[in-house]
Amino acid sequence: MRINISKKNIKNPFIAKVEELSGQNLLACYQCGKCSAGCPAVSQMDILPNQIIRYAQLGFKDELLKSKSIWICASCFTCNARCPKGINIAEVIEVLRQILLRKREDHVKVEKLTDSEKGDVPPIAIVSNLRKFTS
Amino acid sequence: MKISYYPGCTLKNNAKNFEDSTICSLNKLGIQVEELQRWNCCGTVFSLATDDLIHHVAPIRNLIRTKESDSDKVMTLCAMCFNTLKRANERVKSDAESLDKINNFMYKEKIKYEGDVKVLHLLELLRDEIKFEAIAQQVAKPLKGLKVANYYGCLLVRPKEIGIDDVENPTILETLTTVLGADPIDFPYKTECCAAYQTVDKPEIVAERTYHILTSAQSQGADVVTVSCPLCAFNLDHRQEKTIKQYPEFKNIPILYFTQLLAIALGCPEDTLRFDLHYVDPKPILKEKGLT
Repeated sequence: MRINISKKNIKNPFIAKVEELSGQNLLACYQCGKCSAGCPAVSQMDILPNQIIRYAQLGFKDELLKSKSIWICASCFTCNARCPKGINIAEVIEVLRQILLRKREDHVKVEKLTDSEKGDVPPIAIVSNLRKFTS
Repeated sequence: MKISYYPGCTLKNNAKNFEDSTICSLNKLGIQVEELQRWNCCGTVFSLATDDLIHHVAPIRNLIRTKESDSDKVMTLCAMCFNTLKRANERVKSDAESLDKINNFMYKEKIKYEGDVKVLHLLELLRDEIKFEAIAQQVAKPLKGLKVANYYGCLLVRPKEIGIDDVENPTILETLTTVLGADPIDFPYKTECCAAYQTVDKPEIVAERTYHILTSAQSQGADVVTVSCPLCAFNLDHRQEKTIKQYPEFKNIPILYFTQLLAIALGCPEDTLRFDLHYVDPKPILKEKGLT
């Protein structure tokens, strides 16, 4: 894959927004990879957690917003607990979801859930799923 | 001693076994459980975006209900409620501007919240106030020979600022299990996520997590796995149906709330255990160990 890195993308308004809404300093990351090493969901991800931070550092807005990974992360906070630089990676991923959800781009369509998907699970599952995946 | 209790949504239906076994156990230990009046859903997940104040209103409102019951502390059982209530509390305690905005939004409340309620998980109450030594003295039926893998999941221990024990290697449940006379077994998946709410739209991911978590416990010789979260309970117990379809070699294992083991050891009646709510029936293994 050919990637163009340009100075104007770094610290673009989108990335400034990610930093503001997540409260994180993305450039603190030195790519040690501990977040991805400990993440229990990496087998399902297209971009690994450390790559999400790297892409954000380089201003890759489109790649981040179309990644499958942001909908796979279940905010278990293992990455946050292990980051030697104190970056809350789960917060960064939440904000990427939020940027889409705030444009009404829901990941889960309530009207498309089947009766068994809605009825067989406990209320705690439905509420948390819709809180994370709908606007 | 009296304790204010916030149940949360799932404790009143799918996790009634968690609630009933807890109330019976606490009564046996001399604690009166007082459910909050007019409690509301906590929101289940703590909002992580810095500007998302509106979702902290629901948890903070429950802390106002605690003050209305003339209490300065509230106990929860569900790990998700615990995490959401405690993190929202910590957020407003350290951010006067957010607290002010939330109070202004709830202008119809008679009590203004001032960050003065303590959020406790049941395990903290057992360890720090009732004390494990006192529990040991009340054990009527020691859980002899029962090998227990204690699964913590995520939200009791992370983030470490609000966790009830060590973030990487919690041992509070192993200590309690030992006090009850059972044999705790260690396994490397005890704090690994079960994929939580993915169970609604991506249950195959949960089945994959359940397979790895439970086969790890089984490889260490576990008879049962304990949990402290109704969502973990659903995923590890009820999703075993799907797990077997994805992994035909998988063998079922019963999942219990740690409070059900506590209730058995303290001599609570069987109707407080509500085994009818389980997918994998715990009765055969308990019978084999002479515990029913």
